[in-house]
Amino acid sequence: MTNVKSFMARQDILALLILAAVLFVVMPMSMDIFRLNLFGKYLTYAFVAIGLVLCWGKGGILSLGQGVFFGLGGYCMAMYLKLESSTPEATAIQSTPGIPDFMDWNQITELPWFWEPFNSLTFTLVAILVVPALFAFVIGAAMFKRRVGGVYFAIITQAIAAILTILIIGQQGYTGGVNGITDLRTLKGWDIRTDEAKYILYYVNGALLIGVLVLCQFVLQSKLGRLLVALRDKEDRVRFSGYDVANFKIFVFCFAAVLSAIGGAMFTLQVGFMSPSFVGIVPSIEMVIFCAVGGRLSIFGAVYGTLLVNWAKTTFSETFPELWLFGLGALFIAVVLVFPNGLSGLYRSYLAPHVDRWIFRKPPAGGFTGAGPLDTPAFEPEPAARPAE
Amino acid sequence: MNTVTNNTDFLLAIENLTVSFDGFKAVNDLNLYVDENEIHVIIGPNGAGKTTVLDLICGRTKATDGSIKFRNRELTEMREHEIVREGVGRKFQNPSIYEDLTVFENLEISFPRGRSVFGALAFKRDAEVIDRVHEIAAMVFLKELLDTQAAFLSHGQKQWLEIGMLLIQDPELLMLDEPVAGMSVSERKQTAKLLNEITKGRSVMVVEHDMKFVEDIAHRVTVLHQGKILSEGSMAKVQADPKVIDVYLGH
Repeated sequence: MTNVKSFMARQDILALLILAAVLFVVMPMSMDIFRLNLFGKYLTYAFVAIGLVLCWGKGGILSLGQGVFFGLGGYCMAMYLKLESSTPEATAIQSTPGIPDFMDWNQITELPWFWEPFNSLTFTLVAILVVPALFAFVIGAAMFKRRVGGVYFAIITQAIAAILTILIIGQQGYTGGVNGITDLRTLKGWDIRTDEAKYILYYVNGALLIGVLVLCQFVLQSKLGRLLVALRDKEDRVRFSGYDVANFKIFVFCFAAVLSAIGGAMFTLQVGFMSPSFVGIVPSIEMVIFCAVGGRLSIFGAVYGTLLVNWAKTTFSETFPELWLFGLGALFIAVVLVFPNGLSGLYRSYLAPHVDRWIFRKPPAGGFTGAGPLDTPAFEPEPAARPAE
Repeated sequence: MNTVTNNTDFLLAIENLTVSFDGFKAVNDLNLYVDENEIHVIIGPNGAGKTTVLDLICGRTKATDGSIKFRNRELTEMREHEIVREGVGRKFQNPSIYEDLTVFENLEISFPRGRSVFGALAFKRDAEVIDRVHEIAAMVFLKELLDTQAAFLSHGQKQWLEIGMLLIQDPELLMLDEPVAGMSVSERKQTAKLLNEITKGRSVMVVEHDMKFVEDIAHRVTVLHQGKILSEGSMAKVQADPKVIDVYLGH
């Protein structure tokens, strides 16, 4: 445990290849399109969980409002798709044809100004990334520059999730209210509801996920990744080493927000609607649980954790719908008490040494390896292993 | 804010510095000067305001009144990381290191390059960084432990690591809060040697209780009492000062 393991970079590549094989080969071959589409939906939550690994696991910033960013990305996408399916011909029976149906139901006779730009796909794609980033920047700058952190930050993000949900539900004419934005059909004339489209969207989603994992790996391997860990550990020491700590927190919070938004947009595309039930407090906390179950220190663990919890949710809530929430709560308590580093922690403690031995044909590191610091990536031992503070 | 505009030849000039917490003056109208290449030790009974003075210099606590000038640049107006970038390093009383990172990574993070967000993303671990880390690690007796996770260091080694993390920034003024607290006798000796070595080309301010250690290192000693200077001068002089014996050394 005491030495940096010089083969971690290779292990990460292995983890990436295994995940890619699962996503692109195993799952499509073993599932019908209904199940695969469901699996794709779970994968969109994995984007949020990966963001939480960086933000919470590494940086120590617990956000209980990631649903906000998931929702912002999802709503941006849904607004574009809704406008495309609300052509004057398709909505001819409305009193104002050419605007989304729910607006017509709410006696709105003109497309609101903030909906206008979502007629453009280019604008929409940019907005999916920029809107949540800006929103996270404003929250982050307001909080971190004032050194609001820890529990206070978590509570504030949760409050924001609640506020946004109330806002969306209250402004039914502009947002579709509690039903959300439904009945999405085509993307640039391409029907997203067919089986073929669902396959394609599943693969796009998987490719984006792999891309995001590579990007996160890059961030974590950079000095910024080590700084996040340093921040979590001794914020003052980082500050008194000449770093403007708030900027780093704002960055990672915005980064996690953008990842969540990508997930949200892919959710809308694959599931065909977006509603406030993916924005509020409960989904935001569920997302934290996905991350915690997978292991908040591992981006790969977060993906598997998300898949496992959602699989369990689907399975159990089909059989015992009223017990599922208790089950989820029990799972979270079990993670915190029994295996605080989640699935990835279990993997590292029990399986990784064997994998290292059999695949890499290297003895477990012990003593000084003599490896130059150039090829020593930032592998970070489990905090549980360190003496009590 | 009091505007003292006259410049000095001192590296650090603290003038009329006051800080009050709800009316309690932890530091009261303090004047203190640090020369270039000087080891200046601050001693005094508990609650004398020693650590507060260091906090004020490094920006952790904001002054109520007075000025702190470093190379004639006003520090009281700056934020913490700006003060660090001016060349002031601060070691905390309890070893403050990144336990989850290795000794190498601890030192590397303190290396003064790539301190912005995108600078940190683009930061390359090049030969300059590696050489410097090795050089500093050798100075602070941690050369063999570069790949060790910092959590597994002994208390004394953690103290040295934090000193090393400051040295790698090459500060002109190094502030150490009780650097030998909790160290063994041999570790104290090594630390005293280290301090005498690193003071070449920089000034060091030390807050310390261990009189034997102070004697070993101090060029000049300031005795604080109730936020004010009780006595100042060489170790021999303050030790002979009846006021000092009365409030501090006597018991």
